[in-house]
Amino acid sequence: MLLEVNGAKAFAYTAAHELDPQKPTVVFLHGAGLDHSWFGLQSRYFGYHGHNVLALDFPGHGRSPGPPLATVEQMASWVLQALDAARIRSASLVGHSMGSLVALECAARSPQRVERIALLGTAYPMKVSEGFLEAARNNDQAAYDMETIWGHAPKVPLGGNPNPGMWMYGDSLARLARLAPGVLHAALKACNDYASGLESAAKVKCPALFILGDRDQMTPRKAAGELVAAVPGARTVALPSGHSIMAEAPDATLDALIDFIAAPVPAK
Amino acid sequence: MAAGPKYPGFDTLALHAGQSPDPATGSRAVPIYQTTSYVFRDTAHAASLFNMERAGHVYSRISNPTVAVLEERIAALEGGVGAIATASGQAALHLAIATLMDAGCHIVASSSLYGGSHNLLGYTLKRFGLDTTFVRPGDLDAWKRSIGPSTRLLFGETLGNPGLDVLDIPAVAAIAHDAGVPLLVDATFTTPYLMKPFELGADLLYHSATKFLGGHGTTIGGVLVDSGRFEWGKSGKFAQLSEPYAGFHGMDFEDESGTRAFLLRARREGLRDFGACMAPMTAFQILQGVETLHLRMPRHVENTRKVVQFLAAHAMVETVLYPELPGHPDHELCKRLLPRGAGAVFSFNLKGGRPAGRAFIEALRVFSHLANVGDAKSLVIHPATTTHYRMSDEDLKKAGITAGTVRLSIGLEDPQDLVEDLDRALAAARRAGA
Repeated sequence: MLLEVNGAKAFAYTAAHELDPQKPTVVFLHGAGLDHSWFGLQSRYFGYHGHNVLALDFPGHGRSPGPPLATVEQMASWVLQALDAARIRSASLVGHSMGSLVALECAARSPQRVERIALLGTAYPMKVSEGFLEAARNNDQAAYDMETIWGHAPKVPLGGNPNPGMWMYGDSLARLARLAPGVLHAALKACNDYASGLESAAKVKCPALFILGDRDQMTPRKAAGELVAAVPGARTVALPSGHSIMAEAPDATLDALIDFIAAPVPAK
Repeated sequence: MAAGPKYPGFDTLALHAGQSPDPATGSRAVPIYQTTSYVFRDTAHAASLFNMERAGHVYSRISNPTVAVLEERIAALEGGVGAIATASGQAALHLAIATLMDAGCHIVASSSLYGGSHNLLGYTLKRFGLDTTFVRPGDLDAWKRSIGPSTRLLFGETLGNPGLDVLDIPAVAAIAHDAGVPLLVDATFTTPYLMKPFELGADLLYHSATKFLGGHGTTIGGVLVDSGRFEWGKSGKFAQLSEPYAGFHGMDFEDESGTRAFLLRARREGLRDFGACMAPMTAFQILQGVETLHLRMPRHVENTRKVVQFLAAHAMVETVLYPELPGHPDHELCKRLLPRGAGAVFSFNLKGGRPAGRAFIEALRVFSHLANVGDAKSLVIHPATTTHYRMSDEDLKKAGITAGTVRLSIGLEDPQDLVEDLDRALAAARRAGA
């Protein structure tokens, strides 16, 4: 569906269902340069199992037009406005990489609207190397190559996509090829510049789950340690995966999310 | 340009892409999963697989672990988002067209096509309401002029059959994209070793895997690959991919994924309903060929160059149609688009008419007279009486074929033996034509 957020169109995948105010809602927030369909299998599951799904495309990504947002804080405001536009009072937020920082920021800012956060492939600080930023600033193909290669476990190109017949690197590169100049740089810079992660983590009141990949080259598992420790009561599930956990280990990711999202939320 | 991390090389991908050692047994070779179906863990798992909420296999017409290795490997070699292996190259062409078009749609295609493809477009698909306009592949104005409101696809062969017209993919792709339609190419003759059509602008491609990919003349198969670069919704011409489809539970394929929409529908509708899937044993056999593609193609090209050189200088040979020769109309295009070589299938025109042609073919000892190309063994055929025999004289002429045209597919034998075999047969042709 297309929402109107800040006067601009915003695409949200709803797994072909109308939003039902009686159902709980799961919001999926993708990483830099990617789009809602990186969560394809998982978002579809929740849409067909009693939940509203809003798998959003951030501005300039996927099917949402417009210039990219410059900071994680702006993205968090945008997500909360998207919930307003969809008339969703509160939701569980599942964020990957850049989207995980946005989910964290939303939970810190609007505890009454965020029921749970699941943070996949995350790190704090989420520092991006100068070479990567510079390549993205110049819209250099090398930036898309770095995003693609570091965005997957080292063994991914040598075989075995769980999704039959698909080539993960090709899918990543095809998505990145659709980006307008400057979008990847804006998204990476937003990750790199986000500086209030630990303060935000301390404000999280809802249940939090970290799903981390043991073979993650982009945000190595240990780089999430400080953040995990800072979020009260957070749980961690480690999976044998690179950074694209939901594509590389789709079933295990889904199982972890089902387990987390189906559990009752403690009374506030 | 900043130095990025490195992708595995072509040769490594040809051997490894798509397969990790089998998790159940540790098997290093790709196991042949000779099974129709896969036991569900429980009813919820079954429902999730059917509804595309979990990754995996349900029924081997839709997907199979052995076939999936071949699909992923070819997608990796071509730089696509994914691939679908099919029962034959013709099934791959049909799957592409059937996924994109309804009755009333129109195709603009190169006139230099494999006879089977010409038949499909010129005759068979007409019965189902799909029309094709054929244009000379090098006539860019004709490509443009022939596009109408109902056109949904431009289609040609990377190297046209049998005159080896080199398709100007960058130019034809630009024409297609200006019109909001994709360019599909048949890349059988070039394989990803000699040309990467997606890097030149093509949106979709397919192979008759029967030929150089399998490479040993043992197995019929095809593979359809999507670049994932064509934006179906933005084009506004492909409701098949960008509007809810009642034939698949109201799925809007582009809503699911912009880059996977085409393959989603091709697999979930095309394989489900038309059913022209690849068998696991076939996939295994083609994979054996793919694993040495990077070794075989240079030798195919090297042998071809020696044979071409010999024929071009022979008194019984009127013309040799090989784009690496300066006299070929697409010589410059070949240098630009095919720096690694113009393949190993080409035609030449023999002097002396039909009697000379007959004598030539019957005198050959190493070359086998049969209807195939891309074997490890050298092959020969006379198109006017075999692959293109259904075409009218006028269509034959348009495709650059005469009564004296002979097509060779150069194999991996000792090139001197090939030259001697041809020399002997040309002498026989001279005697017959005298």
